[in-house]
Amino acid sequence: MTTVEQVESMTEATEGEGVRRRDFIHIAATSWAGIGAVAVALPLVNQMSPSADVLALASIEVDISSIDEGQAIKTSWRKQPVFIRNLTKAEIAAANKVALGTLRDPQALADRTKTGKENWLITLGVCTHLGCVPLGAAAGEVKGEFGGYFCPCHGSHYDTAGRIRKGPAPLNLAVPEYEFLSDTVVKIG
Amino acid sequence: MSFPWANEYKPQHPLMQWVDERLPLPRFVYNAIGGGYPVPRNLNYWWNFGVLSGVALVIQIVTGIILAMHYYASVGGAFESVEHIMRDVNGGWFLRYAHMNGASFFFIVVYLHIFRGLYYGSYKAPREMVWLLGVVIFLLMMATAFMGYVLPWGQMSFWGAQVITSFFSAIPVVGEPLRQWLLGGFAPDQAALNRFFSLHYLLPFVIAAVIILHVWALHIPGSSNPTGVSVKSEQDTVPFHPYYTAKDGFGLGLFLILFVILTFFAPNLLGHPDNYIPANPLSTPAHIVPEWYFWPFYAILRAFTVDFLFIPAKLLGVLAMFGSIALLFFLPWLDTSPVRSGNYRPLFRKFFWVLLIDIAILGYCGVMPAEGPYILLGQIASAYYFAHFLIILPIVSRIEKPLALPNSITEAVTGKAAAA
Repeated sequence: MTTVEQVESMTEATEGEGVRRRDFIHIAATSWAGIGAVAVALPLVNQMSPSADVLALASIEVDISSIDEGQAIKTSWRKQPVFIRNLTKAEIAAANKVALGTLRDPQALADRTKTGKENWLITLGVCTHLGCVPLGAAAGEVKGEFGGYFCPCHGSHYDTAGRIRKGPAPLNLAVPEYEFLSDTVVKIG
Repeated sequence: MSFPWANEYKPQHPLMQWVDERLPLPRFVYNAIGGGYPVPRNLNYWWNFGVLSGVALVIQIVTGIILAMHYYASVGGAFESVEHIMRDVNGGWFLRYAHMNGASFFFIVVYLHIFRGLYYGSYKAPREMVWLLGVVIFLLMMATAFMGYVLPWGQMSFWGAQVITSFFSAIPVVGEPLRQWLLGGFAPDQAALNRFFSLHYLLPFVIAAVIILHVWALHIPGSSNPTGVSVKSEQDTVPFHPYYTAKDGFGLGLFLILFVILTFFAPNLLGHPDNYIPANPLSTPAHIVPEWYFWPFYAILRAFTVDFLFIPAKLLGVLAMFGSIALLFFLPWLDTSPVRSGNYRPLFRKFFWVLLIDIAILGYCGVMPAEGPYILLGQIASAYYFAHFLIILPIVSRIEKPLALPNSITEAVTGKAAAA
């Protein structure tokens, strides 16, 4: 039987430099335990990410034939509201008149719509500040100082191209991916 | 962890002696909140609010565990299950109203407890750790209260969840993925509701654990007192039991009377009627406001309306709101005056009351719509809040001439020097 003293002496510094054989075992063992801890933590953290059924975003098709000029509808995509707005000629002109350099998030109306369909402004109805649904889509709602949308939560004003003009929101209303399947049907997502 | 003259635990009954030798839990309790813990003899009623906060937590845990027996965390069933509790469960209306108003009373007593600490300098050496742990408890309470408010899945629940989780989307680059990770989706939905329920059940126990650390850290130097003068001799203290168990018991009686008056006669006074409308992800209520205990912080959040340098207004608002609480972690080192109690600091005392008025103004701005004069008023009040801690307090600490302190607690109480 080895005594405790003998075991200790085997782990003492070998040649004066202060590194013991056991130091290697300590580092190797704690490193391996650390890798194990990370491996366990990954699924524990990742389970919080959107699950497959949430990510399975069925794209939606919307019939826009009944939206008259100057009107807008609200629909739901990925559990978030979407505004589809048929801009009037005056609203298009107002949006095009603005110098891009004066905007917080510079984008022309043409960058936010499809060529030949500049009257169709399709945006998420989610304020880029803290996520409230801005007013201005339904008839009779306040449209804000720039005739587009107004978020009542913290006072962000959007213009007729859905661009942020005043208030705390940092970005324009997001334009989702979409395409026109025909003149009257649009596919979002 | 106490003064040398503390009474020793001496179990009389053989059974208690047998227990004490094997698991000295009764000894631990005796030394913590019994006759074995000497406390300054001059504590006033402002020192009741620590114990009252603990009682409020117990009320929340007991009523919460019972509510969880009847509640379902499902977007289709949560609102219905709350109405089921209100209408069908025996005594359910009482339990829910007690839980709802219990949250408000928890914040009332905690805010009074914090203001007590601010006025009497309880955050100063050697009690910095007590203060820091208290701020941690406050943050945990805010998280718990927010998640609890989401659970009924009414309009305010839903839009509160949307707005609060959007704070995280202000963080550059990782913000939006982080928000989606927190919610488990693109907007608050089943995944978010379920995890909020899970965490709302967990966090009160975390709070209880941090309270144990808070009290442990307190018991090393012992309680502060209205003079701020340290305990010097046995004459300066009385045992916690029966002196302060009695005084706290009286305060508890008053607290419970006010609590049941609100719970029985005006249970929805502090709530918001919009939360009795089921959540609608397509329509934000015209005027969304958080619960009253978040109003001042909400006003700070909304105070930033223009970008500064390259930092967007949205990020500034979120940073300022979190900063207004994070600031409290630095308080023990911002106030460098060696005098603890505001009673002996004439200049500090004036600014303390100005700060309270400022916080009240912030609260008023937080509940009013974000338009017109309330924006400017909120901005001024927010600026003052930060100026108080970062500019006024350090300057006052340097230039103020404090009043003469009593030589001892006993002298302050009896008006004559302690007998040698």
